[in-house]
Parts: sequence; C-alpha cells; structure tokens
Amino acid sequence: MSQFFTSAILTTTVAAGIQLAAPFLLAALGETMGQRSGVINLGVDGIMLLGAFGAYYTALHTHSLLLAALAGCGVGALLGLVTAVVSVSLKAEQGISGIGVYLFALGFSDLLFLKLVGTPLPINQLPAVKIPLLDRIPTVNGMFFEHSVLVYLAFVLVPVVAFVLNRTTYGLNIRAVGENPAAADSLGVSVTLIRYSTVIVGSTLAGLAGATLLIETGIFQENLTQSAGFIAVALVYFGAWRPVGVMAGALLYGLTEAVILSWKGLGIIPLSLSDLASTAPAVITVLALLTTARRFRQPAALGRPYERGG
Amino acid sequence: MSSQSLGLAAARRLDRRRFLLSWFALPSSALAALLVGAVMLAALGTNPLTGYRALLSGAFGGSYALGSTAVKAVPLLLVGVGICIAFRANVFNIGGEGQIAMGGLAGAATALALPGLPGPVLIFLVLVAGAVAGGFWGAIPGAFKAYFSVNEILSTIMLNLVAVQLMNYLLAGPMVDRSSGSVGGLIPQTRLLPKQSWLPILVSGTQLHLGVVIAVLVAIGVYVLLWRTSFGFRVRAVGLSREAATYAGIPVRRTITLAMTLSGAMCGLAGSMLVFGSISHRMVTDGSLTGFTGSAGFNGIVVALFGALNPLWTILSAFIFAGLLVGGSAMQVATNVPADLIVALNGLVVVFVVSLEYVRRRARTFDVADRHRTPRSGVTAPEPASADADAGEGPT
Repeated sequence: MSQFFTSAILTTTVAAGIQLAAPFLLAALGETMGQRSGVINLGVDGIMLLGAFGAYYTALHTHSLLLAALAGCGVGALLGLVTAVVSVSLKAEQGISGIGVYLFALGFSDLLFLKLVGTPLPINQLPAVKIPLLDRIPTVNGMFFEHSVLVYLAFVLVPVVAFVLNRTTYGLNIRAVGENPAAADSLGVSVTLIRYSTVIVGSTLAGLAGATLLIETGIFQENLTQSAGFIAVALVYFGAWRPVGVMAGALLYGLTEAVILSWKGLGIIPLSLSDLASTAPAVITVLALLTTARRFRQPAALGRPYERGG
Repeated sequence: MSSQSLGLAAARRLDRRRFLLSWFALPSSALAALLVGAVMLAALGTNPLTGYRALLSGAFGGSYALGSTAVKAVPLLLVGVGICIAFRANVFNIGGEGQIAMGGLAGAATALALPGLPGPVLIFLVLVAGAVAGGFWGAIPGAFKAYFSVNEILSTIMLNLVAVQLMNYLLAGPMVDRSSGSVGGLIPQTRLLPKQSWLPILVSGTQLHLGVVIAVLVAIGVYVLLWRTSFGFRVRAVGLSREAATYAGIPVRRTITLAMTLSGAMCGLAGSMLVFGSISHRMVTDGSLTGFTGSAGFNGIVVALFGALNPLWTILSAFIFAGLLVGGSAMQVATNVPADLIVALNGLVVVFVVSLEYVRRRARTFDVADRHRTPRSGVTAPEPASADADAGEGPT
C-alpha cells in the first residue's frame, strides 16, 4: 500500500482518472441538456459507439485527429436528429427506443468495422498540451495541466453548460420545457424546437465522447464503449441534473477506475481478485444512486412526450 | 353496476380494434427493418435476395436448422417472458444480461457441488438454482426502485457490469477447471459438467433439448399468472396506474419488487439452460457478457415487444427472432456479411415498433372521439392516456 502513496504514482493515477473521466463527462453533459428539457436519451452508448467508429474511420483515412473528432460530432448530431424524431415527434417510449438505438448502433458499428476496415491499425495519439505557467506548479502540474485538448474541452464545457442552462433565455426555455411543457407552450416557447435542439446538441456531445474514448484507446474494437454511455446516463442522475454534480460523478467514476488499475499494476490487488475489484466503480455508482435518488427531484416532465391538450 | 359492464363491453370492442392495429403495426415494423437490411446488404455489395435466402434456409430449412432455431429461441423466450412481467408492472428490466450470467453461474456451481445426484433431480435443482440467482439479481434493482426510487434502467445496467466481472472472477478463480492447463494459464471455464445434468436431447440428430419444452411451458405458465391470478392482476394494475393501485389497497412496492424478481428469475433460468443445453457442457467466458449470453438479455426485449408483451405471442416471436439470429450466422457464411447485421436490424425493429405506437395511439384517439359523438349515455369513453395497457400495448 505504501508504494501507492508516492508522488509519482499518485500523480499518474489522478491524471489517468481525469483522462478516463473525460468521455463520461462529455456524454453526461450532453445527456444533462436533453434531460433538463424532459427527454431521456438512452441511446447514448450506441451514439458513442458509432461516433467512435466514425472518428476511427476518419482518422485512418485522413490522419487528422481534428477531423476525427469532428466526424464523431457529425455522427452524433445525425443520430441525435433520429433520436429527436423518434422521441419528440413520434412520442415513442424513450426507455425502449433508446435501447433500440443502442442495439442498432452496437450491430452497425461492428458491421462497418468488419467490412470497411481491413486490418485494424492504431491511430496517432493526441499530444498532451501543457498549460503555460500552471504547468510549473510542482506535483499538481502532472495531474491537471498536461492533458489532451479533448480532456480540457470536456472540463471547460462544465461551466459553459451550467451557464447556458442557468443564465440564458435558451436555458430558461429548456428548463421550462422540462418542468412544465404546457406552460412553456402557452407562453409561445416551442417545446418541439427546444427538445430537438437539446437532443441534437446532447447527441453531438455523445458522439464527441465516443471520439474521445477512441482517441484515448487508439484503436476501434467491437463494443468499444463497454456500456460507458449507460454509465454517463447514470451520472446525470447521480449529479442531480447539474453540470457540476455530473462532473463530480464522472471524476469519482474515473478516479475509482484509475486507482484500481494502479493497484492492480502495483500488486496491491492480487491478480486473482482483479476481476472482482473491477466491479467497484459500478457498485459505487449504484450505492451513490441509492443515496441520492430520494434527495433530488428529477425534471417533472422527464421521459414524458408532450402533446398539446393532452 | 350496469354502466360499468357497458364500459367493459366498450373497452372490449376497443381492444379488438387495437388488436387489429397491432397486427398491422408489428409486421410492418419487421418489414421496414428487413427493407433497411436489404439496402445495407446491397450497399455492402451483396444481393439482398441471396442474403435473405441464405438466412431463411439457415434458420428454417430442414430439421437440424429448425432444432437449432428452437434451441436459440429458449433464452430469448424466457428473457422475453421475464420482460413481459416487468413491463406489465411498468418497470424496465434492462438487466437480463447480468441475470442470465448469474443464473448460469448458480446452475453450474450447483451441478459441480452435487455431482452424485441422479439426472432428473439434478436437472431440477440446477434450473431452480439458476432461477433463484437470476431472481436475486432482479430483486435488487426491483427493491431499489420500489423503496428508494432508484431508476431501474440505470441500476440494472450497473448490475450487468458487476455480473460480468463476477462471472470472470468465478470462472477464472474458484470455479475454474484446473485440469485443462495450457501455456497461457488456465482457460476461464468450469470442468465438464456431470453428464446426467445435461439437458436431454429430444430429437436425435438435432440440438433440440428438453429446455425448449420447459421454456414453452413456463411461457404458458406466466400467461396464466398474469391474466388468471390475483398476483397478475396486481402487477397489471400497478403498471397501469401506480396511484390507482395504491388507492385500491394494492401493495405497490412489494408488487414491483416481486415483478422484477420474477423477471430476473426467468432470465436466470435462461442462463442455466444456456449452460446445460450448450454443446460444450461447461460454462465458459470470453471476458464479456455477450460471449455467454449472445445478447439474449437485450434481444429478449425485442422479442417481448414484438410479442406485444403477451407471453403466448412471445413464444412465436422468440422463434422468429431466433430464426433471424441462427440464419444470420448462415448468411455470414454464405455471403460474408457479418451477423452483426441482425443485431442492427433488431435495434431497428425496436425503434420502429415504439415509433408506430404513436400512430396507433392517434388512431385510437380518433376512435374515442368518434364514440363521444354517438349518443350513448352512461358510457364514458376511456381516456386515451389511461387505456394504455392491453395485449397490444407497451407500458407508458
């Protein structure tokens, strides 16, 4: 245990945790937008998978990680549009339609991978960017200020999403539509338009989350996300629909995972128990949901399609 | 009292209308998905007709193919029936994958611990053990939902993640077959299970085993449970309106927990049958849940929806979707199109079914509006929102 508490190991563990948290955070922030407007998007994991594949394919052919990330966003936006049509216009049961989108993407991403990518090659790594001045602070610099652009982006988006939701007219409309769509509608706010926009923006972020996960992993494989998208949805509940809370959840999840990886590497957790230890992040999330579920109220219209006069 | 019976008659007439609509909605969803699949096949440079012909003959051509399809249908049917129970109570059980794995583990552990028992007793015990373990894994999210308001979709997904690691741990550690050492260490699998615990083959020359019969009987049993017992009535009442059920004195929380427990038990039973009806007759892991379950936990949702959340229709639906899966592998061999296509199409079926739901609901709204105009005093047409759960409906 003592070898874990050295500054070098702690630094790499925290840095790894932050890096692992980034895809969860991006996806969960997007989901927060959608859920605040009353739409549960359970297809996040699928959108992440197809976004990751889009990014991988683009990176293989253009060797540009910027284009790869944009491809992830594009795929996400497209699937967001589909999700919005199904959940908002066709008023489908969101819990089930999301599973449908997930299954479709799970099969389709692997189908494309097997048919379009002959020999899977790893793609370039995204270089770490040191933040000037801050990277001179000893110890902390390695943890917080030597990450890839995408990781910074994920964390910068936390105050951005919080600002949009809490301090802009658009955000007010989102919250109104999520709490009382009939009232918002009577005041001339288009419930459909607001929900389409949040679902598409949210799915774009999910696509970017997939691209981020892919760029961190370096190569695509079947079911790359391993339910990361579902965890992101759980983190939204965990974070009580607030961006900062969601960030705390993502960090908790990422750090737990990083600590376990580190302990496995150091032999603190014996090899025979390593699978058992890997259950920790999921167990912690369930226990966290257990303690927070009653404390916070979800958006009143969450999961309910809006019908005029209905 | 008379107005109530008139209302019932009206509801029954409405049921028939909706039944016809569901007849139209479900096949057209499947047809639409198959059309999209044809476009995909064409885009991949395969003649869709060749592909689908290979699929059909691989699934239904000859007794061996039919036997394989029936065996493939077993976990789909059991999971689907479990989904029916949960959805009828308006809870979503997305944790089938984990519950299947827990059931398989418990069944295998039982057989390994009691190798000396005679066949029928042992088979009975391993199936019960599977159901109990799956039920336990379903009871957790059920109780969390009922007593702590934890969203069951999230908790079941999390428990899937726990179950896969638990399975990997047990199969590589305490339950591992120590005799099959190889260069890279032990293979994460149990030893060969006692021969008398294997599910007996019913038709020689095929894979058709006893599990097929048991699964169909269980499905019929669940139908009776849901529509012919007071427990089933309580489940459906809770699913229709939690408030009304509370007002009627139904123990809502206990009913939700029990519905999820039963739903998990069905999945656990499926897991046990996957182990004891397998060709290798061991429990093996490739490190993923899908490797063991074949995504039955998710495909079972498709099957249940396509079976209109009715256990009897789910029998037919499971057989059709098992055919798609078995045929998908045959198509992969014949046309080199990965069987993932079928997974993608299953997803599309789900999306189409739930999207068409709205079209049906609107059709019904007009229906109700029509009847408002007909002068029949004493009959209040049911509100569209509250008349949402008959044999053709998903939970809302």
